[in-house]
Amino acid sequence: MTGHSNPIGPRLLALGAIAALPLTLAACELGPKQSQQLGPRGPAMEQVTNLNLVKPPAAPPASAYALTSRDGQKAREVYPELQVLGDISVDEFGLLMANMTAWVVPADAPPEQAGCNYCHNPENMASYEKYTKSVALNMLKMTQNINVNWQSHVKQTGVTCYTCHRGKGIPEYSWSLKPEPVSRGMTGYRAGQNEPLAVVGYSSLPNDPNGTFFLEPNEIRVNSKQIHPNGENPADIKAAERTYGLMMRVSGALGVNCTFCHNTQNFAEWTHSRVQKQTAWFGIRMVRQANSDYIQPLASVFPAKGWDGQARLGPLGDPLKVNCQTCHQGYSKPLGGVSMLADNPSLREVWRAGAPAPAPTPVAVIAAGAVATPTGVAVAKVVATGAAAEAVVAKADAVRDAMAPATN
Amino acid sequence: MGYQNIFTQVQLAGPAEAGVPSRGSDARINATTNNYWLGKVLHAQIGPLYLGPLGLASLVCGFLAFEIIGLNMWASVGWDPVQFVRQLFWLALEPPPAKYGLQIPPLAEGGWWLIAGFFLTVSILLWWARTYRRARALGMGTHVAWAFASAIFLYLVLGFIRPVLMGSWAEAVPFGIFPHLDWTAAFSIRYGNLFYNPFHALSIVFLYGSTLLFAMHGATILAVGRYGGERELEQITDRGTATERAALFWRWTMGFNATMESIHRWAWWFAVLTTLTGGIGILLTGTVVDNWYLFAVEHGYARPYPPTGAVDPLTLPGVPQ
Repeated sequence: MTGHSNPIGPRLLALGAIAALPLTLAACELGPKQSQQLGPRGPAMEQVTNLNLVKPPAAPPASAYALTSRDGQKAREVYPELQVLGDISVDEFGLLMANMTAWVVPADAPPEQAGCNYCHNPENMASYEKYTKSVALNMLKMTQNINVNWQSHVKQTGVTCYTCHRGKGIPEYSWSLKPEPVSRGMTGYRAGQNEPLAVVGYSSLPNDPNGTFFLEPNEIRVNSKQIHPNGENPADIKAAERTYGLMMRVSGALGVNCTFCHNTQNFAEWTHSRVQKQTAWFGIRMVRQANSDYIQPLASVFPAKGWDGQARLGPLGDPLKVNCQTCHQGYSKPLGGVSMLADNPSLREVWRAGAPAPAPTPVAVIAAGAVATPTGVAVAKVVATGAAAEAVVAKADAVRDAMAPATN
Repeated sequence: MGYQNIFTQVQLAGPAEAGVPSRGSDARINATTNNYWLGKVLHAQIGPLYLGPLGLASLVCGFLAFEIIGLNMWASVGWDPVQFVRQLFWLALEPPPAKYGLQIPPLAEGGWWLIAGFFLTVSILLWWARTYRRARALGMGTHVAWAFASAIFLYLVLGFIRPVLMGSWAEAVPFGIFPHLDWTAAFSIRYGNLFYNPFHALSIVFLYGSTLLFAMHGATILAVGRYGGERELEQITDRGTATERAALFWRWTMGFNATMESIHRWAWWFAVLTTLTGGIGILLTGTVVDNWYLFAVEHGYARPYPPTGAVDPLTLPGVPQ
């Protein structure tokens, strides 16, 4: 029998190595954390923030100048060709055009694309010879539709071109349809998943939530409504994985985890979920409509490549579309929840050339300080006036405030 | 103080121990060697190894399954060796899509999964037969084989029995590191939270109970190692001071104690019941119960949380369907 001596050094070294083992785990993030309780105690409903990584949201640019009055000669009287925005004053129209230029036109654009020239022929401002003007017209209609008809999602904050564009001609975050994967003969079946992509949070989940859910109204829900199987629920585990992939897209875009919306006791349950789940539900439908009704029809308008050489169409010839990330960019409220509509109120109004006389605004609630809507003909495809949804959300907000966790 | 260390401090060095002669045929490979570092954590002697026809067939089948899985993973990154290594944890051999049901799918859409699953299952079952027959050959009981069988039951439920009952290979688990974990999470979500599955709960009890028993027993034996407590079998019949102290420790601490024999029965049953109850829980999911959360609500063990005021938007008037 051979006994080995037992010096203290190697033992300490070994213990130290074992103690340091957890640090090698890739998921560990050093630094101070802040956790905020989001729901009742028990189901770990909390938001954990790494204070070293959190950055304040980008501040939106100031309006070219403040809008002091909405009175004055109507824009349509000066520009009779207007298809939108005809019912506001010329001054307000000019301000919006200036702001749109700052929001969308790149600062380094060459002279023939700079400023107004990005969309307009300076010789004939009414001309649609530049495709960008047709795009801008559709995008104005889309923005108005979102601000008027999707207040269930954008509330009174609303969106402007800047929410997506951030001073760039092409919004930084967009997506297009994925081509079929390259055939690898009889091997290498991937089932549309198992790739470390940011869109699904680097998980191995099905990695085309954009094409699956943000254009077509494919079913997101996978849970059965009854205890025992009755053959009515077609969802299999792969369907659950697709939905899970979509949720990773939402989570990453908003910089939040599952419990920001869900009580994970049961993901499908609404009664115990946070009201943010409702907001997200409307958001997904809003994105679908924006993509299918306003962006997809531009497929024949966009060139394959723009003046800057960047692609305007995806590999399948479809325009670059939006999802949660396009606006949110890592924050639960885009731009930190700052509204830019006070100086651009016409983005929350709908006027169309040749439309019947203005009807009362469908906007259910006007926030304090917001400019009242003078006109409000709904766009052709009104989906929800938002009034019913607003009432529910208002009630939910009150309940949420009442059950806010104690600060002990 | 040598026995107080968590590493083995004492190693035997001498002529290799060949072991008892086995009954019947003897296919032992008699090469032996000693390894100092292996002796730190295990017995220092390597070999002899009994391979035999069962072991050989099992290894061949296991190798075929391993190769089919690995080569399909490699093919899925276009045979790029760098991407194969970088994405290895994400890659998988996926079961066929649901449209094929229980049919034999094309190789390009899950056929390889079926073949790999077949060879892996054969390999495991052959290895099981090997543990049974080697135990018999040594005149032992077959406890190891039956404990292994419990784990095999869970494996078969996940990859074969339940998919057959559900009528679709798509219900089965993919072969892959992250993919099988994501599958597990999706499985729980699809069926309304597996934590409300009582058999899942039992399985967790036995799993955590196993670790508790293992920690208690391991610590107790190490603690009486200075009195020869690691010679457990001898001390079952001839209780020396080590066993007396180990027993007294627990009786003083909590009023009762296991015996040198019964503690191993406790450990065996806890381990066996972990996979047995887990397998039953998986087997019932989707076949008998489609939503475990609603099951828990009906049986009064899902905690009711205060309603937040959120409602299903589909129930609101005037929203898109």
